[in-house]
Amino acid sequence: MRSLLSILLIGVPVTLILCLVGLSRGFIEDSQRRARGVGADILIRPKGSSMLSLGYSMPAALVDYFRQQSHVQIATGVLNATVEGVTLGASGVDPKAFAEMSGGFVFRSGGMFQGPDDVIIDDYYADQKKYRPGDKIKMLNHEWRVSGIMESGKLSHIVVPLATMQEVKGESGKVSQIYLKLDNPANTKAVIDALNHDPKLGGDYPIYPMEEYTSLLSVNNIPGLKPFTYVIVGIGVVIGFAVVCLSMYMAVLQRTREIGILKSLGASKPFILRIILTEALMLGAGGTILGILMSYGAYWLIRTLVPASFPMIIVHEWWPIAGAITLVATGLGALYPGFSAAAHDPIEALAYE
Amino acid sequence: MSETGIIEIRGLHKTYRVGRVDVPALRGVDLTVGRGEFLSIVGPSGSGKSTLFHIIGGLTPPTSGEVRVDGQDLSALSDAGRTLMRKRTVGFVFQKFNLLPNLTARDNIAVARHIAGLDHKPAREFDEVLNLLGIAHRLDHKPAALSGGEQQRVAIARAIVKHPAILLADEPTGNLDTENSRAVLEVLRDLNQRLGQTILMITHNPEAAEYGHSTVHMRDGRIVERR
Repeated sequence: MRSLLSILLIGVPVTLILCLVGLSRGFIEDSQRRARGVGADILIRPKGSSMLSLGYSMPAALVDYFRQQSHVQIATGVLNATVEGVTLGASGVDPKAFAEMSGGFVFRSGGMFQGPDDVIIDDYYADQKKYRPGDKIKMLNHEWRVSGIMESGKLSHIVVPLATMQEVKGESGKVSQIYLKLDNPANTKAVIDALNHDPKLGGDYPIYPMEEYTSLLSVNNIPGLKPFTYVIVGIGVVIGFAVVCLSMYMAVLQRTREIGILKSLGASKPFILRIILTEALMLGAGGTILGILMSYGAYWLIRTLVPASFPMIIVHEWWPIAGAITLVATGLGALYPGFSAAAHDPIEALAYE
Repeated sequence: MSETGIIEIRGLHKTYRVGRVDVPALRGVDLTVGRGEFLSIVGPSGSGKSTLFHIIGGLTPPTSGEVRVDGQDLSALSDAGRTLMRKRTVGFVFQKFNLLPNLTARDNIAVARHIAGLDHKPAREFDEVLNLLGIAHRLDHKPAALSGGEQQRVAIARAIVKHPAILLADEPTGNLDTENSRAVLEVLRDLNQRLGQTILMITHNPEAAEYGHSTVHMRDGRIVERR
């Protein structure tokens, strides 16, 4: 019972680590997939903004200006808004231009906007909220009608008409980012160079090739995510250490007499220490396996309840890392009980009731 | 000191420190035990029997005096040296059997061989010893499923499976009824007679002491008589 409880307690931080990594990777992969789904070659962000910053906008009139540049085939502006914190956003689009650029949304049910207050949502968000075409939903302090449910993977989980989004956000004539599709992707660098040297733009607009933009969406580029991961890993180590230390200390106390028996048989201090460490490492291995299994449980739960807000994935390459972290923590946690057991006086241990 | 005995003890003293008080447990013990001898040690509680047993078994070092067991000077041995001696030279049988409760009888015996650095599986001749002990058919049971007598016989098998020079038995019949006590004592005598096993047995029971070749009486940390 003590061992099972220890395995469970060791498994919890393993699950925590795997869920955190799965969520951050899932969020990034989902963002990359949706960014690629736009079908653009170049992304232009507002002045002073960084790759991931929110709340910046630029004049929508720039869309027409970019459309007139050489090699630019399609230009379209998008206005973004956060719906549920940073994990779930909505985008306002010009449906015609966006469909030309991306190839159009693929609908599972319903269809494109029929009116200014229509919204299309992807299947993840529809599953999460149990929405169906025709449903009325309240979002961004505005009431919308779900006109269609699309296949996930293009721009955003929630898409509304650009003009309505501008009105709802109080940002008439503004967009958050502009996408350009070129006549030939090979011209990307030349077009960006030209735009960066365009005196009318002043070189102030961050302009990214889409390939570079999607590759920059990584754990390293999301502020605070890496330190947060380290903190969670640290908590995992501390919990694993404490659980094993307490559990093995209890085990040593309970088995004092057995340790005395082994010593009377000639068991050396390293032999006793090895037994304790082996048991602790087995608890650690059991905790790792249980933690991995529980991460599948968490994965199922998250994908069932909030697939759009938290697009978690299972990151297999973190299994050995989480296992190694756990084994180090359990090994360290077993050292004190192990040395304590090895140092037992055999006569006192044999007399222990 | 002559080299005739497997155990030779001269002027052995052992003092325990309890709080700030020195408690003498042995006050000058001289004893020689020959190879193949079956020696009973009797005496009242507190006479120093168990302390002598612990020192000969390498469980605790002597305070002063000379103790030679199978040629090794125990007073010169470190903790690791005494561990090595317990591993190879002596086998213990305790009043409370002291079997590992989560292991079967077979595994209890195998653990002793493993610690002694021997193969897990005993030699074929050991089957004869198990038959002699009458536990060959009970080896796959855990201690809780064995009677007291059976547990003690498993403990004897565990003690001798590594072929120790000396078998130390501390009140081996103390927790057994008359029938089982007799069976265990018969086994010890058989081991001594058939295999030439040197045995030191502590007992309160004068009838049990009769199974030995000779009996040492202890009182107040000294040997007062040897018959």
